[in-house]
Amino acid sequence: MTFLHWAIISPFLLAILIPFFYRYIPKIHTGWFVFILPLALFGYFMQQMLQTTSQGGVVEASAPWVPSLQIFYTVYLDGLSILFALLITGIGALVVLYSIYYLDKKKEALNNFYVYLLMFMGAMLGVIISDNMIVLYVFWELTSLSSALLISYWFQRDKSIYGAQKSMLITVFGGFAMLGGFAILYSITGTFSIQETIASADLVMASNLFIPAMILVLLGAFTKSAQFPFHIWLPDAMEAPTPVSAYLHSATMVKAGLYLVARFTPVFAGVPEWFWIVSGVGLFTLFWGSLSAVRQKDLKGILAFSTISQLGLIMSLLGVGSASLYFNDGVENALYHAAIMTAIFHLINHATFKGSLFMAIGIIDHETGTRDINRLGGLMTIMPVTFTITLIGAASMAGIPPFNGFISKEMFFTGMLEAMEISAWNMQTFGILFPVIAWVASIFTFLYCLILFFKTFTGKFKPENFDKHVHEAPIGMLISPIILVVLVIVFGLFPNLLAYSLIEPAMQSILPGVMTGGERFYVDIYLWHGFELELFMTMGVIALGTLLFIYMKKWSSLAIYKKESDILNPLYDGSLSALVTGSQKITRAQITGRLRDYLAYMSIFIVLLLAYTMFRYDAFSMPTENISPIPGYMWVLVLLFILTTVVVPFINDRMAVIIIVGALGFLVAIFFVAFRAPDLALTQFLIETVVVVLFLLAFKHLPNLKKERTKPRIQVTNAIISVGVGVMVTLIGLSSYAFRQENGLESISQYFIDNSYELAAGENMVNVILVDFRGLDTILEVLVLAIAALGVITLIKLRMTGREDV
Amino acid sequence: MEILMSITVGVLFMVATYLMLSRSIFRIVMGLVIISHGAHLLILTMGGLQNGMPPLLGQEAANYTDPLPQALILTAIVISFGLTAFVLVLAYRTYDAHKTDDLDQLRGTSDE
Repeated sequence: MTFLHWAIISPFLLAILIPFFYRYIPKIHTGWFVFILPLALFGYFMQQMLQTTSQGGVVEASAPWVPSLQIFYTVYLDGLSILFALLITGIGALVVLYSIYYLDKKKEALNNFYVYLLMFMGAMLGVIISDNMIVLYVFWELTSLSSALLISYWFQRDKSIYGAQKSMLITVFGGFAMLGGFAILYSITGTFSIQETIASADLVMASNLFIPAMILVLLGAFTKSAQFPFHIWLPDAMEAPTPVSAYLHSATMVKAGLYLVARFTPVFAGVPEWFWIVSGVGLFTLFWGSLSAVRQKDLKGILAFSTISQLGLIMSLLGVGSASLYFNDGVENALYHAAIMTAIFHLINHATFKGSLFMAIGIIDHETGTRDINRLGGLMTIMPVTFTITLIGAASMAGIPPFNGFISKEMFFTGMLEAMEISAWNMQTFGILFPVIAWVASIFTFLYCLILFFKTFTGKFKPENFDKHVHEAPIGMLISPIILVVLVIVFGLFPNLLAYSLIEPAMQSILPGVMTGGERFYVDIYLWHGFELELFMTMGVIALGTLLFIYMKKWSSLAIYKKESDILNPLYDGSLSALVTGSQKITRAQITGRLRDYLAYMSIFIVLLLAYTMFRYDAFSMPTENISPIPGYMWVLVLLFILTTVVVPFINDRMAVIIIVGALGFLVAIFFVAFRAPDLALTQFLIETVVVVLFLLAFKHLPNLKKERTKPRIQVTNAIISVGVGVMVTLIGLSSYAFRQENGLESISQYFIDNSYELAAGENMVNVILVDFRGLDTILEVLVLAIAALGVITLIKLRMTGREDV
Repeated sequence: MEILMSITVGVLFMVATYLMLSRSIFRIVMGLVIISHGAHLLILTMGGLQNGMPPLLGQEAANYTDPLPQALILTAIVISFGLTAFVLVLAYRTYDAHKTDDLDQLRGTSDE
């Protein structure tokens, strides 16, 4: 266990202490105790970055967990991991700081909040630093779990519970799929280590399980990263407290899917399926998210769909960038490197501006009591700091210079235009769609940024819309968004700050082996790169977006604008309730509560199974040799016996039934006599007598039973089932007897015959077997009788008094 | 003889199954009694029904019938007797408590 191991575990350890802090130091807001940890971890990861990963080095250490199953707690810190680690700890620290001012220490259950948050932070660090797939999966599910706990933080609200359940169901579904993908990968490569899997990527590529493994892993990534059609959980997760939304649902957890795609790019990429699925789903999500965001009336709703859309953007860039693994040489793959670079760059940018926007909107919510854009307005002069933060965040999101969003948007357009040039995989046919969809989606992005900004801050301030006195937030709440917004500007003006410290090492991790022999990725990023087509596209976006906003009144009466909810939500709700009602129906149809039905199921199943087995192995046979002859009197006996048996169901008089069944028992005893079993005959006679006496006793004690005398419903099915059972027993008896005779299997009884007297000093072999050779059976049989007798006594003697006898 | 006995056992199982599929507890108990007869006879038949002397050494015979199935059946008879007695009393108590021996009425509420 190295320090890095403990760094991942430390949030969990601190989470254990949180309730004690909360309970015993109530004067200080619990958040302050939490705040130190992400800050310290951030410092640690910064130091790791400067010392190791920015030079292209990796930190790797392993500790055994379940070594016999090849599960090692292996940490692997490279460029990609450190990028996420810095995001998680950095934004984590800011979010904790923000939450200290956001959550009231008197009104809220802070101990729960910080325990869940720390659990999430540790799990997220575990996901991105683990090299072992099973460990990754464990942390992955922990993020789902802690996310659901955080969404349902205000568990008194139905909507919170609904949102938590929805996100849990969808992300856990994806998690299971991902586990399946990992299992397939393991069966191909024989290792759970991601790095070793990457090393044997050729093996994976050659396997015919390649496509299933890829799709299963992608399902995990798409559900976590809220890609279409699994994006529906994210808007409902907005019921969480705003710090949670800012942290989990914009900056970190939803990027776990992107991390997974980036991490597995060296394993799966370079094939058309990966390219089309990842970039296609990403592009559609980008378009769908931006279109849906425009329709939202709730500020957090806008941001949720905007997050979905931006995640789609990054996903599509990762898809396009995977082409560089296909063109593993030549000049043109450098173009697709740029797509990966853009993805990483936008990932950082998105975390900064989306985090600040969420925090700003949290402030608005906190200070005004509403997030409805129809009630808000005119806050510009009242909340100037929040106004500035939102302005910069929204401008960056919309892609306006000089903020970082502008650069990544330009680079995104470049990537999409270059995707059009891909000379393989049918791109000649559909390639034009890539920049067109991207461009249209950007127009919507610009539009919802305008809506978000202008509907909140401009217009007339109406104090009657708000429940409380509206004023600027306290300074503590503003610190975190201000830091993030400063980063937005800094990364916008000096993007190369990130280039060689973070982006290039991350590219090395996503595209290993592409650059060899000391070459390096060319990652110079400039704010201004000349009058290219991309610039005109951005101008078009701004112009069209502004036009759409100005004429918003005209198109806002359209039905598509009014319908706020996603069309996939009814589908989800419907299938969930159909699942419940469907399983209830099946249960009701199957579990009837009637003994007869269960017996019928069992009998039918046994008969069919045995019949199939016999048919399958052609086991029907009739014993021919070694059959004992039938003496004349046996015909009479058997005939009488069968007649007596068959008559039983047709008798309605119970007294007669008892007598007939008694006669049956005595006939069995006569059979025993005929087959030379004196002890059996004796026992059978005695026991049958006692049984008949018992039946008569019970009969005597059931005076009302006589009257009932219901004629049994002659049901054809019952008859068929019984005939089936009877025929099956006969057939099996015959063929097993035949099998025994044909194969000359001898009885072991010769031993008993030979040794009864010599070893046990008894001449009655049956009795010797019962008490000597196999005496244990007899002891237990006596025990059975004793238990039955005790049971009978208990049933008769012990009665519940004082409450209802069931 | 074995073929004839196998068919007889089949008839016993058939009738027992039919009785056990009925609604009355009493008939089910009867079915239980008959199915145990069937099982006992099946064990005996499968052991082989060769003509030999009863398994008593005093007979000084050349061949005896197989003693092992007989011992097994003897155990089974006693156990099935214990079971029958218990089930019978259970049925009686059920009737006593609910005043019905119809299983459909003993099923509980219909919504379940």
